[in-house]
Amino acid sequence: MEEDIDTRKINNSFLRDHSYATEADIISTVEFNHTGELLATGDKGGRVVIFQREQESKNQVHRRGEYNVYSTFQSHEPEFDYLKSLEIEEKINKIRWLPQQNAAYFLLSTNDKTVKLWKVSERDKRPEGYNLKDEEGRLRDPATITTLRVPVLRPMDLMVEATPRRVFANAHTYHINSISVNSDYETYMSADDLRINLWNFEITNQSFNIVDIKPANMEELTEVITAAEFHPHHCNTFVYSSSKGTIRLCDMRASALCDRHTKFFEEPEDPSNRSFFSEIISSISDVKFSHSGRYIMTRDYLTVKVWDLNMENRPIETYQVHDYLRSKLCSLYENDCIFDKFECVWNGSDSVIMTGSYNNFFRMFDRNTKRDVTLEASRENSKPRAILKPRKVCVGGKRRKDEISVDSLDFSKKILHTAWHPSENIIAVAATNNLYIFQDKVN
Amino acid sequence: MFARGLKRKCSEEEAPADPLQRQSLLDMSLVKLQLCHMLAEPNLCRSVLIANTVRQIQEEMTQDGSWCLPGPQTAGRLPRDRLVSTEILCRSARAGPPQAPDPADLASALQAVPAIQVPGAVPAGPWGRAGPGESRGGFPRSLDQVFDTLESHSPGTVEELFSDVDGPYYDLDAVLTGMVGGAKSGPEGLETFASAAAPPPGTGCKADLGELDHVVEILVET
Repeated sequence: MEEDIDTRKINNSFLRDHSYATEADIISTVEFNHTGELLATGDKGGRVVIFQREQESKNQVHRRGEYNVYSTFQSHEPEFDYLKSLEIEEKINKIRWLPQQNAAYFLLSTNDKTVKLWKVSERDKRPEGYNLKDEEGRLRDPATITTLRVPVLRPMDLMVEATPRRVFANAHTYHINSISVNSDYETYMSADDLRINLWNFEITNQSFNIVDIKPANMEELTEVITAAEFHPHHCNTFVYSSSKGTIRLCDMRASALCDRHTKFFEEPEDPSNRSFFSEIISSISDVKFSHSGRYIMTRDYLTVKVWDLNMENRPIETYQVHDYLRSKLCSLYENDCIFDKFECVWNGSDSVIMTGSYNNFFRMFDRNTKRDVTLEASRENSKPRAILKPRKVCVGGKRRKDEISVDSLDFSKKILHTAWHPSENIIAVAATNNLYIFQDKVN
Repeated sequence: MFARGLKRKCSEEEAPADPLQRQSLLDMSLVKLQLCHMLAEPNLCRSVLIANTVRQIQEEMTQDGSWCLPGPQTAGRLPRDRLVSTEILCRSARAGPPQAPDPADLASALQAVPAIQVPGAVPAGPWGRAGPGESRGGFPRSLDQVFDTLESHSPGTVEELFSDVDGPYYDLDAVLTGMVGGAKSGPEGLETFASAAAPPPGTGCKADLGELDHVVEILVET
């Protein structure tokens, strides 16, 4: 990698500004909808917060569609599984939007066990003048009704309602790590550590098991499913990644239970880099199809890789996210950071990829120019609407001004979740309990 | 090309050799496994990765003969028998009502540890008040395992190990750091960087404090 200075200018503004941070406020997922008009976050407290981009105004050129809170609702509550005698956390693991088909918006949210379909809709009128009930909704005594009237709709303040439309429960023994809406818009899948289930949006009481890697004897378990996603255009195709660093592509037309993959992506291990941590750092924490459907991107502990669907034996591109940690793996194992699950995203044109790191740093890689940049999401080091400065981590030797040494990185500040607007250069970065939104500099 | 800016230290760490380092990594991994095991529903991915690491270390130790096996009882056994079984970590995956310990399970668990077996030496004893973990049936056994492993480089009786149960409380990080520090083989050994030691054990090993104390005690005594 070159020493890069990406001159991309990015404005920033932050939306959440808690003066105190509780565990429940930690953001656990971020997702734009298909138009980019809405941005949803989920947190450890089971809440979903939806932001809406405000309309552009001509007289305020510098304000180019900021995102404001649109709706907040409690998606999941802590539960107790009496059968197994264990608590089920309310933490939102993933949110996925459905393509918009009418005035309302629909999204799926999931915790460890249960997926829910939410409808988010606006209401700015209310009916008045019912015959059988009064304005407060109480039933009227029929004896007092002497005349009939026609109810009318009267305008009222805009209200955004979130209502649970479906609850898909009781299908996962292990923890759900991924949900993915199929391009047929009628089905979606949910993946846990050992199984993947296929659901129809209309049917909550049954799902089809399409992958099951649970060995008959759990003693033989050496591999788990870490992420799964449908192909963006081919509704029969999906991929899932594993803790052994491999990706399997399956075709649902081949058989009902896809226990035999169609393609198997694996890179041979580099013997010069072998260590006790080889397997742990090669475990894939996220897998994403490109918008075109031609490539898949995977994130492991130290790198992001881009694979061509037509080449299974090695990735076509490998980007180092924070290679300076390679000499710190033992400590990172000791403090469990090595198990952090970093996600990765594509930009709208599949030409740039983004993923997170420690110390509130996140990285962008331009696939065409091969340039990369490290940026920081922090309130201390950036003011609203300020231009982000590229950051640099120095490894050994002399530390130059503006550089930060590996030993002073803060490993409790990690950026695991990011999102990229589907068509514009607007990104959302979750840093613990803060959400940062950055955009290209306005001319 | 990426390694250009890095110190030699890097390759030192990746070399498989250093037996002390390997042993401390093994100890650390086993403690992590035990803590996983105390959870009703551990992070399966993490558990599996740690278990595979333990298997890998044990396989390597078996190959180079440093897997010392005192006692004739183990002499003729295949190495595979002594590898930690994933089942030990994943019991709760098939969670249910408290189960009576399966004798076969117990046997395999005991085989899994690289040390002198102490039949009957770890009865209810100090664990008698171990708290909710015990009702799950796996906990006493897992401590046996920690104990056995550590015992391999610190001779001592069970009574000695547990003599000071009311001692000070140590945070897990401190313990692990101390353990690694103690096993340091030289300047190129396992280093810990201050900032990294700050966050709590991350992935949510919210172990019962009482149980944690017990593990801690064992380690501190060692």
